[in-house]
Parts: sequence; C-alpha cells; structure tokens
Amino acid sequence: MKSYSKTALAVLFVLLLSLVFFGCQQKPGGGAIGQSTAEKAFVAPGEYDSHYAFISGGFSGQLAIHGLPSGRLFKVIPVFSVDAEKAWGFNEETKPMLQTSHGFIPWDDSHHPDLSQTNGVIDGRWCFINANNTPRVARISLQTFETEEILEIPNSAGNHSSSFVTENTEYVVAGTRFSVPVPQRDMPIAEYKGNFKGTLSFIKIDPEHGHMNVEFQILMPGFNYDLTHPGRGKSHGWMFFTTYNTEEANTLLEVNASQNDKDYIAAINWKKAEEYIKAGKFKTLPSKYAHNVYDEGTHSAATTMEKEVRVLDPAELPGLVYFLPTPKSPHGCDVDPSGEYIVGSGKLAAALTVHSFTKILKAIEEEKFDEHKYGIPVLNFEAINAGTVEQPGLGPLHTEFDGKGNAYTTFFISSEVVKWKLGTWEVLDRKPTYYSVGHLMIPGGNSRQPFGKYLLAMNKITKDRYLPTGPEVCQSAQLYDISGDKMELILDFPTIGEPHYAAGCPAELIMPNSKKYYKIEENNHPYVTRSEADSRVVREGKNVHVYMTMIRSHFSPDNIEGIKVGDRVYFHVTNLEQDYDVPHGIAVLGATTSELLIMPGQTETFVWEPKEVGVWPFYCTDFCSALHQEMQGYVRVSPENSNVKLTWTLDGE
Amino acid sequence: MKILMLLLIALFVFYSCAESGKQETSGADYAANTPKGQASVVDNESAKNILQIAVGSADHTTLVAAVQAAQIEHVLVNAGPLTVFAPTNAAFAALPAGTVETLLKPENKKKLAFILTNHAAPSTYKGRLLKDGTKMYMASGNYVDVKREGDEVWVGGAKILGSVDASNGVVHVVDKVIVPSEN
Repeated sequence: MKSYSKTALAVLFVLLLSLVFFGCQQKPGGGAIGQSTAEKAFVAPGEYDSHYAFISGGFSGQLAIHGLPSGRLFKVIPVFSVDAEKAWGFNEETKPMLQTSHGFIPWDDSHHPDLSQTNGVIDGRWCFINANNTPRVARISLQTFETEEILEIPNSAGNHSSSFVTENTEYVVAGTRFSVPVPQRDMPIAEYKGNFKGTLSFIKIDPEHGHMNVEFQILMPGFNYDLTHPGRGKSHGWMFFTTYNTEEANTLLEVNASQNDKDYIAAINWKKAEEYIKAGKFKTLPSKYAHNVYDEGTHSAATTMEKEVRVLDPAELPGLVYFLPTPKSPHGCDVDPSGEYIVGSGKLAAALTVHSFTKILKAIEEEKFDEHKYGIPVLNFEAINAGTVEQPGLGPLHTEFDGKGNAYTTFFISSEVVKWKLGTWEVLDRKPTYYSVGHLMIPGGNSRQPFGKYLLAMNKITKDRYLPTGPEVCQSAQLYDISGDKMELILDFPTIGEPHYAAGCPAELIMPNSKKYYKIEENNHPYVTRSEADSRVVREGKNVHVYMTMIRSHFSPDNIEGIKVGDRVYFHVTNLEQDYDVPHGIAVLGATTSELLIMPGQTETFVWEPKEVGVWPFYCTDFCSALHQEMQGYVRVSPENSNVKLTWTLDGE
Repeated sequence: MKILMLLLIALFVFYSCAESGKQETSGADYAANTPKGQASVVDNESAKNILQIAVGSADHTTLVAAVQAAQIEHVLVNAGPLTVFAPTNAAFAALPAGTVETLLKPENKKKLAFILTNHAAPSTYKGRLLKDGTKMYMASGNYVDVKREGDEVWVGGAKILGSVDASNGVVHVVDKVIVPSEN
C-alpha cells in the first residue's frame, strides 16, 4: 500500500513537472516571442506609441515615420523621389524640389536621417536626410512633416557620410564617398591616385528657419569617406569621418581597398575652420548646385542655382585636420554621449577600436605624429587609443549608446547586436538579428542625451521572416527592449525600401507641434482662391487658369465650358477646409501630369493639356465625406477653332 | 502532506494557465478607450464643428443635453457634410409640459434620437439652396417642407433665426422643435 502510493506520487510529480514545462506553452506559430514580451510592443487601439521613429527608405528615396514600440507605419514623407500619391514632383508647386544641376531627377537613395539638437539634446524641430547618388541634403519640418528644403552638394559624389547634426545644429555635414576630379574634368581614371579629391562639406543651418547653405568644404585626399559623427560635450567643435581606400585604388576595391592594415578616421576641427574662413584663408571655386526651398506661405517651391563654394585646403592650414589610424576599412564612426570616445568599426577587423579624445588632444599638443599624408598629420595609434573590444563579433558596422555607460554595436556578418561597456571594453550581452543587420538606432542614441529603452536594428535580409511575396521580400526592423541588463527582442516589422538608418525620440518632443491645417488667410499662393465667390476661369491666350475651390462636398466651379484642344489648362485648386485631417483630392480624366492631394487651407496646381474633344469629368480622389462620391464636375473641351464661350458655374450660377 | 502540496502546485499551474489563456482570448474592450467615438477627439485649433458650435451656444443647452442623452454626439462631429436645425432652449420649453423631461429618461433614448435626427439633413443646405416648396430628407427618414418668403425660411414649420457655418456643414438656429410624424 505504501509503495503503491509512492509510485502514484512519483507519477503525479512527473505529470505536474510536464504540466509546468509544457502546460503554458505558446500555441504553434507563437515563435520565439513570448506573450509577456509581445505585450511590451503592443499599443492598444486608441492609444499612442511612446516614440517616433524616422526610418530612411533607402533606395525608395523617402523617409518613413513609424511608431515605437508598435512598429506601425504612419506616413511616408516624399523627399528625393517623386510620389504620385502626394503629387510630390508632379504638381507645379513641388517640381522645383527635385531640380539639380543635372536637371530634374525623380529618384534617389536616401540614407541617414538625423534630428536637430539644442545643447546636444534632440529638440524635435527638423529631420535631415541625405541623398546618396546625386549628393543632396534635405530638411524636413517636424511641424508639417513635409520636405521644406533640398540642397545639392557640389564637388561631391556619393553623399554617404551625411546628414549628421552638430550639437546645436550649427552644421549638418556631407562627406563624399567617391573621390573625383575637383572640379570635374575629363581625365584618365588610371591617374586617380594623387589627383582625385574628396570633399567634406559643412552646411550651415539658420537657427530660426533652418535654411541651409554650404558654408565651406574641406578638400581632402582621394580616399573614400564613409560615415561621420560630430564631437559632443568636450569634443564639440570637432567632426570625425571614417575613411577607407586610403590605398587610393580606382578598380576592384573589393580587394585593392583592403590592403592597408589601418585606414583613418579624419578628425576635423571645424571651429578652426571657422577661424580660417573668417581670416579669408579659403579659395572660392566656381561651382553649380541647386538650392530648392519650399515656402509654407506660398505652398510653392523655388530653385536657386548657386554658383560658387568656399574651399579650405588642410595641407596649407595647420590644425584643421588630423588622421587617427584605425584598423581595416572603418565604416561606422560613433561618438559616445560624453564626447570622450570615438568608436571606429573596422568592417574587416576582428576588434573594435576606440580612440580617446583627451589623448588625441594630448598627442596633437606633443606632436606625436607618425607621418604626414598629403600634408595632414597622422597621429600615433598607441598615443590615442583608449581601448579595444576584442573579438566582439564579425563585421562590425555601427554603434549607439544608452546613456548608462553601455555601447551597442551591430555586426553584419555574424547578424547580431552586441552590448559592451565603455571603459572596460567587456562584452555584456549579444542577441541575434534576422538577418544581416546594418545600422541600429537607440532614440537619442547619437546625441548627448540618449533616451534609452529601445534599440531598433535594421536588417538587409529577411528571407523566411514573413509571408513570401515573390523574389523581392521586404527588409525589416527589429525592436529590442534594452531597459534591463539583457537585450530582449520584442518586435519584428517590415519597412519600406531599405531601412538604412533611423532617428528616434520620445513622442512628446514632436506631437504638440504637429500642424493640423493651413490657415486660409495666410495662404499667399499666387493663384489662391480664398472663397467660393472668387472662383473663376481666366484665359490668357492658350493658357487657361482655373481658380477652383473645394469644400465638403463640391468643387467650385464644377461645370466649365470654352476649353479648347491645344489649350494648356492650369487647375489651381484651393482646399477651403479649415479642419484637421480633411484633405481633398482632384483628378481629371486624361490628365497626363498629376492628380492632387490638397491639405486643408492649401493650394496646389496641375496642368492639363486636353487632346480630345469631349466632356471630361473630374472628381475628388480622397474619400472626404459622406457625399464624397457626389464631389465631381465636368469640363467641356471643344475644337481648337470653336467659339464656345468660356463659362464656369456651380449649380447653374 | 506532500500530496496536498502537489495539489496546491497543480492548482496554481492550472490557475495561471487559465489566467493567461483568458487574456489571450477575450482581451480588453478597446472601444472603451474612445467612449464617444469621434466626439472624443480633442481639437481646439480647427474651425468649429456642429457639436462644438452647439456646445458653445448659451441658447442651446437643452439641445446639447438631449444630444448627450441620446448619445449621438459622434454624428455631429462626423465628416458630414450635414445641415443641422438647432432649436433654441425656448423652442424646447414651448413643448407641452414634461415632454423634455420624459424624453431625457434613459428608457426613451431611441425616441429622443429619432426626434433629434429629424433636425439633421445630409449635405450643406444654406442660402439659396433652401428653396421654397421643396422637401428636405432628414436623417430620421422623414421629409419636411421648406418654405421661403424672401429671405425668411421655415423648415418643418420652424423658422430659421440665424445660421452659423460649421467645419462639417452648417447650423441653422430655429424657433421650434421639428417634431417628426410618428410613422
């Protein structure tokens, strides 16, 4: 009897154990993320995300806004590529935004968003982002969430080390990836070495309106310039750029740019540069580059073609540039929140190299130079080295910081994020990414005040992570909770284009400033129609200007006659609504140019050149109201020689 | 004793499983986050919508109380466009004694909503669009007569005393409650 009950007890115990281990398991398909973990990324219907994330669209040329921790996509802001949805680059008002010295370019490759800062802290005013192919920097308003300005960068090619912001948004920088003949000229490629140059551009930001201008460029040796970060705190006034191909190879860089044991981080003293500019120690190079500014008052953009740029030559200007030897083609160049540590991620190196700003200053003072390269002092590696993170992973790329003394580095080849400690250089934690992570972003993680909490890893490869969609599958971002000692993967979400890099901050820095509508009385568009009574049609020879209004749920006018084949009809359409979230759209059958999506209080224009006689309808394309389907009109198009009178009416009047 | 402990553990395990299972299947009612639907939106910058105009009018406290009792606030903030005929407090007071009090009782919510929607028409009717001799289709499903003499307009027998443009339509202040026919 006693032994029986012992057996029963043992059986019961085993059953219980199995229940404990298996009883509460996730149902199939739950994956590696447990329920309590999922709740960390769950934002209930009707509630807000705690953070904004501005994620680059990479080859889409745009910028996507997501919420964190949910990963929900809120908006894709058109920046460097045309966007039919928002008529960006299609309507008359925004076409100038995509103007360059090479003409109208409808696409680009957007890379590194960065947010404006005041005293090293994200201030929520503007987001900057660079175009890689046709070198440009854009400024996006975080009130209207529209691209307000695009500045082309002269003497540059492959604007990769951009658009990082100094701690009082004094400058946004742009460094060329490719070295090229400066100025551009016809010459043999084989004569690259010693003849091609790289420029590092400092774009001055007007503190009130954010307007940009190329204040000066530094003419550097013909290396490739990869990434950059500004000094902060104690190193404020300096900018650090990674270089590779210090071999100056012009072919098969895969092999030929990987020969040197060390390349450099170029340390630029931009306060010194300002002194040299003030002292007139610059050359003025003739140049040609477009400067496009969108005016919120006229709801229109204009292009100015700039004609020259000021250039500083570091070989002739002591104290302007120093080279910090850094192993193996460094990619990321990241400065910790204190400004003391400069982390170089040698993408082919087995270790992470960290330089000390204090030691750099001392080495400069004591002239611990190994040599001069093109007249620029190369500091002694041992003299400036703060430490090394040994064997952290394979293929280090980028590092951000949590403000608690920890650094987080991505590793492309070993597909992981590694947490390590500043000062002791010990590895504290590592988590896999799915797969092949590039950049990472901690909100404020490249400023003096990181907000911590989350880490977003952006992956180049997804393979089996989502339902397949043919040969092209989306790229992705992965969210980790970094509030504890160990990183915890809490979400995995798809992104547009390539999520190359991102910037993020707490929502409260931006949310209260978001614009709800444009005041109609402040609309200074040259073709604005401020009330229905002012709507009209004006013929000027072959050009016809339609001054049209839209309000729930009609156009005024909505019947137009007297248009002729061969006319060029400008529809200048003003949305009279003064209500949040009530845009209207307009599209006319046969228009080859654009449909419009017009925000409340805004005026936009599309051109229609009717080629066929007939009566052609137009309608509202944005489901605006209960009578949206009634929001429509007709344009009568008569033969070129017809004498149908020009009339415009609404309800017969 | 051991058996008792094991049973306790078993109970605990079952209980915690049941708890997590419950969360997963039923969950919270997230609709409760916005109890008034679109009327929960806080927006003090845009042009005022019909509800905001009514709430801001000292002459329409009875109407606002009725709209709240009928729980149709969200209709008056909807994209519209809507034309709303807003009876003044005096208009409600002119109804037979006790009518308003009775209508405001929770059990009469449906009837109250029916009466109130008899004061709202889809689309923006203002100025010359209010034409003499026409019939206006109200949100209640009833048609009401429009009468015009010069600039004076009556709708369902109620005279328009003044009009206010709203972001989502128009509000006409009227001197009578437009009581719908019962069928």
